[in-house]
This record gives sequence, structure tokens and C-alpha cells, in this order.
Amino acid sequence: MKTLIKSGRVVDPANKIDEKLDILIVDGKIKELAANIDPGDADVINAAGLIVTPGLIDIHTHLRDPGYEYKEDIISGTCAAAAGGVTSLTCMPNTSPVNDNLAVTQYIINKAREKGSANVYPIGSITKGMNGEMLAEMGELKEGGCVGFSDDGLPVMNGEMMRRGLEYAKTFGVAIFTHAEDLSLVAGGCMNEGPIATELGLKGIPWVAEDAVTARDVMLAELTGAHLHVCHVSTKGSVDLIRHAKARGVSVTCEAAPHHFMLTDEAVRGYDANFKMNPPLRSQDDVDAVRVGLADGTIDAIATDHAPHHIDEKNVEFAIALNGVVGLETLLPLTLKLVSEKVLELSQAIALVTCNPAKIIGIDRGTLSVDAVADLALINPNTEWTVEANDLHSKSKNTAFNGQTLRGYAVRTILAGKTVFER
Amino acid sequence: MSFNPKHILGIKNMSAEDINFILDTAESFKEINTREIKKVPTLRGKTIINLFYEASTRTRTSFEIAGKRLSADTVNISASGSSVVKGETLEDTAKNIQAMHPDIIVMRHNASGACQYLADRLDCSVVNAGDGMHEHPSQALLDAFTIRQHKGSIKGLTVAIVGDITHSRVVRSNIYCLNALGAEVRLAGPGTMLPPGIEKLGCKVFNNLEDAIRDADVVMMLRIQRERQGAPLIPSVREYARFFGLNGNKMELAKKDAIVMHPGPINRGVELGSMVADGPQNVILDQVENGVAVRMALLYLVSGGEKLGSE
Repeated sequence: MKTLIKSGRVVDPANKIDEKLDILIVDGKIKELAANIDPGDADVINAAGLIVTPGLIDIHTHLRDPGYEYKEDIISGTCAAAAGGVTSLTCMPNTSPVNDNLAVTQYIINKAREKGSANVYPIGSITKGMNGEMLAEMGELKEGGCVGFSDDGLPVMNGEMMRRGLEYAKTFGVAIFTHAEDLSLVAGGCMNEGPIATELGLKGIPWVAEDAVTARDVMLAELTGAHLHVCHVSTKGSVDLIRHAKARGVSVTCEAAPHHFMLTDEAVRGYDANFKMNPPLRSQDDVDAVRVGLADGTIDAIATDHAPHHIDEKNVEFAIALNGVVGLETLLPLTLKLVSEKVLELSQAIALVTCNPAKIIGIDRGTLSVDAVADLALINPNTEWTVEANDLHSKSKNTAFNGQTLRGYAVRTILAGKTVFER
Repeated sequence: MSFNPKHILGIKNMSAEDINFILDTAESFKEINTREIKKVPTLRGKTIINLFYEASTRTRTSFEIAGKRLSADTVNISASGSSVVKGETLEDTAKNIQAMHPDIIVMRHNASGACQYLADRLDCSVVNAGDGMHEHPSQALLDAFTIRQHKGSIKGLTVAIVGDITHSRVVRSNIYCLNALGAEVRLAGPGTMLPPGIEKLGCKVFNNLEDAIRDADVVMMLRIQRERQGAPLIPSVREYARFFGLNGNKMELAKKDAIVMHPGPINRGVELGSMVADGPQNVILDQVENGVAVRMALLYLVSGGEKLGSE
């Protein structure tokens, strides 16, 4: 089976390609990139005027399957991914049961393989049951397909346990994904601490709750030599800590979520729980620092922290609403917005959602190299569209961007040579 | 001018004209409360539901009496605990109440933003009787009314508010109200009870009571909840009273004719010594009395005010 993608602007940062090329796909793999390839008997997809990139990779999502299928499942979550141009994603282990054992890992991988529209790479838990007490069987989980370990959302508060988690994960060559948050400093807070929280009468979460644990974990990575990946960096302090750690050679990577470089805590006025997430929306200074971090390479990847919640869990008083927003279907336009706002070059932006995240989880995706699996996104970068929560493919509609007009979307998403989404 | 808002959710977006209009309206209602027959037919046929998710004696009674003296039918609902504990969401509770066609819901709720939440979803008027740590507009208005009664005008006065600023909706509403009317607002409390960025609401922040009340025209003391004792906020009620209680001779620092206010209920010997609480400068019971008139005005204005008579 042959497909020729004709006349697109091919952007493949891993190979430093940004030019008008044809791409020939044979049997699900990339066979050739060149100008004016003879189609022969191949199906031709006209990509003139489109940007052709590796399929996007989102290394921070919650698919809620098993256990919370009323919010999302592997089928709906990967449909949302495909609709957003995302072909590979990781899913966090805070399912029910927790992904701390091979059976859950295999369930996720098998269901995704049989019924999914994207490659799913599970993240296993650092500790059994994510309760911070005993290490999970990371060796077996890695063999089973886990690409990283995290107690996301239930941060490992005990420093000794985190240290052992890093050392143990290093044995198997995988990263620990830290959700950097000192729960004792959060102390019931529900939005960023500062003048707006004070005005709204909502208990604040200070930046130090994030920075203190980022500092601890960066130092533990330095101590152990393990690969630490810091999830959803949202504060100026955390960006600075990671920048300094990288400068002295610590094995640390990190990601930022689109809502943390597009929105501030101003959005919480009105008490709409679709602006409630963890880490919370921060100040303008923090947003600016995250953008600088993306531009200077301190931040390695853009990841959505796609966190579907049922409307009944959001349509309540702000203080008791659950944390999180969906993000898979708005990742691409919000990333491209950093290009139109001159924060990033296009190739930089695409690297942040393709080859960079691939490297963090150690998968051979995120490039258009010859012989690579043909996961691609065909992107219309210019067309404006308005986010309508009810039109999202995700089961949950808790987007922070409802009603916003964005620019650019995937017009076709190709997974191993097969079109899984087309608009 | 006239001022007939659909809801009273907070003071933040009110102008000085709006506030003065409410206070003037309250002035005209105040006399009713001292008549032998304390009832006028103004809101006859209107139904007011007092939906209280937090314990309240003063505010709920005040709203209930205000409604009854205007001839409205008032119903009290005390919802124990939060909506989550009850198992019914706030929206469901509210919609059930709405199905009975009330004209006004007066709500107190432990969650900041809860009254806004209700107003966004219901057809009837919503009056905020205190939402979390956000606003308590009727309290700030009755405070302004009481200050005006004793000082003639609010413009140019210095008002010191002392206590647990962080958890106080009374403070936030008072800052907006007093600023709009031209007063200088000073705050004082232990560092653990001063929320970050509060000065951006329009006030000066002091670390000790003495500096805050020096030459003040009004000293407003806030209730310290005893359950905060021993938690990270204050080591003991004893120590709090020593540094932030208004007792002994401290009132001598304020202006000779300064008044002492308190939203109640008072913790005698904690934030307010009995000598001060019962002293000649206290206007605490005036606040309670004026509360009825101010709440009559609010219920009247959200019902349409002068337009009521033309129906």
C-alpha cells in the first residue's frame, strides 16, 4: 500500500527539514522524501498549502481508562488526539485500579492497539497504589510497555521515597515524571495565591508549593544521576531552577501546558471551574517566564495535561470543583500561536510537540526519517476556528478555551500510513 | 437617580451614587421599625427565601424581619453542611427552590462565588448574605449607614479594621464601600491573617493595632474564630488578645470622638474588651438596628424600587 503526500511544506525538526517536499509512504513507513516524487500507483494526497509534520506527541494526558470511563476512555481519548493531530501520547497512572501492575499496563496497550486512534504509551506509578509507601514493579512495567513513572497528582512527599524511585527508575533507563507540589503548602488552596485570590476570597496556592519540590527533585536527580522529568512547569521559579540545573549538567527535562503559557489567574474571575487546574493558572510574570523557557530551550516539550472531567464535577462551586482541563484538541493551535506571537520559530514549536517529547520517553517516533513509522499531521496553519466545547471529540467538555477563536488545525492525521482523522 | 439592580452580589462594582442611593432608601425605611405597627405593604405578594448554608442568627433574622416588615412572605431554609455533604448540588437545590417561584433568594454560603453561581443560573433575584471569604455587601452597607449616622459624612474619615483579614468577607466589602465613599481604610492583624495583595483592593496594611488605630475616626474589630487557635494562624487566643485585642487604654490612640464597630458576634475578652464593647464609643447595637433598614432597602430595590407602585 502506497501513499504520496504531495507538495506540502514539510517541517521535520529532528532532521532540520523545512521545505516543500513530497513524502512517499509504503506499508506504513516513510520510504522517501524528495521534491516531485512520481506517484506511480500510490494514492495521492494533495498537501499544497499545508504544513506536514510528524504526528504530534503529547507526553501528559489522562485517559481515565480503566475506572473512570464516564470521563474519558482509550477510544474517545485517542479520537480526541487524532482530531488534534496527535498520534502518540502517554497516559498517567491515576486510573482505577492504578497502573502499578502489568495487568493494567497490558489492558491499556491492548485496548489502544485494537480500538484506539493513536499510539498509547502508559506511564506507570512510582509507588504501589500511588500511596507513596512502596516502589511499584518498574522493571516489569517497563518490559510491559511503560515509558516513564509518576505518582502524578499525588506527589511523592517523602524525600527518601523519591530518591529511591529515581535510583530504581535509572536502573531501567526510564524517567521519573514529577508532579512538583508540596501538599502541606497547598493546604486546601484552589487557585494561584495573589491579589486575585485575595479579591475573590479563594484560598491561594503559593508558587513556593511548586518551586520547593522542583528544587528538591532537581537536586535528587543531581544526587542520583537519574533522569527527572518535571511535569507542567508553571512558575518563574521552577523554570529558573531547571535552567540552572541543566546548565550544570543535571539530567532533567520538563514540559509546559498550553494553559500555563496562554492564560493567567485573571481568568478565574467569574468562578468558572473550567479555569481550575493543578498547577493553577499563575501570574503574568510566570506566563512570561514559561514563554522564555520555551524559547530558550529550558522547557523541552509542550504537553497538555489533558484531564477530562464530567460536567457534574465542574458545574459546582469553584472551591469543590475537580482540577483539570481537556487539551488534546487545542494543543496544535495554541502551540502555533506561540509562532504567530513571535515567541518561537515554527521548527522550534514543532520540535516541542514531536521529536523532543519522543526523546524524553525514548520512543522512535516524532520524525519523518526514512524508514520511520509514518505518523503524520497535515496542518492547515491559517484557518481560524472557534472552539466549541460540545463539538470536542473527548467525552468531557471541560476546556479552558471554549468560545475562543484559534488559528490552525490538523486537516488529516495519519497513523502508520493510515488516515485516522480527516476534516 | 435610581438604582434597581437585579441582584446584590457585592459592593465591588457599585459607585458612590449607587451606595448613597441605597443608604438614602434605607433612611426612609428606618422609621418604620419604630412604629407601633411595623409593617408596610410594599412587597405584599412577594416571596423571599432565606437560604442559609452557614449558621447565622443576626443576618438571617435581620433579613427575615426586613422582608416581613415590607409584607413579603419569607421562608427560611437552613441547609446544614455543604451541598456535597447533603448529596444535592447547589444548582439542583436552587432549581428546586426556583420551581416554587420565589422573587428573591437571600443566600449565605461557605463557598466564595456561590451567589454569583446562583445568579448565573436562576431567574429570580439573588441577594448575597455572605459568600465564603468573598463579599458580605449588606454588612458593609449597614456599616456605612451607621458611620454616616454618627459622623455625618464618610468622606475623609479614617477607618481601621483589625482582625482576621484573610477570612473576612466583611473586610472586602467594607474596603470597596468605604473607598467608594472617600474614606481611608487601614487594616491590621497578625501576618498569618493578612492575605497577599490585599493592599491592591485599596487600603493600608499595618502590622500592629496601635499604628492602625492612631487618629482613626472609626475602629472596626473583627471576630476571631476560636477554632483558628493552635492552627498555624495564631498560637493562642490569649496572645492574640494581648497584641490585637482592643482593650485597656488602646482606644485613647484613636480620635476622641472615634466610634467602635463590630459585625458580631463579639468574643468578649478576645478582640474586644468588655470596657470597650460596653463603652460610650461603641455603636455595635446601632449596626444591628440599622441592618434591618438597610436590608429592607436592598429587598425593595431588587424588587424594582419605585417601579413597584406603578404595577
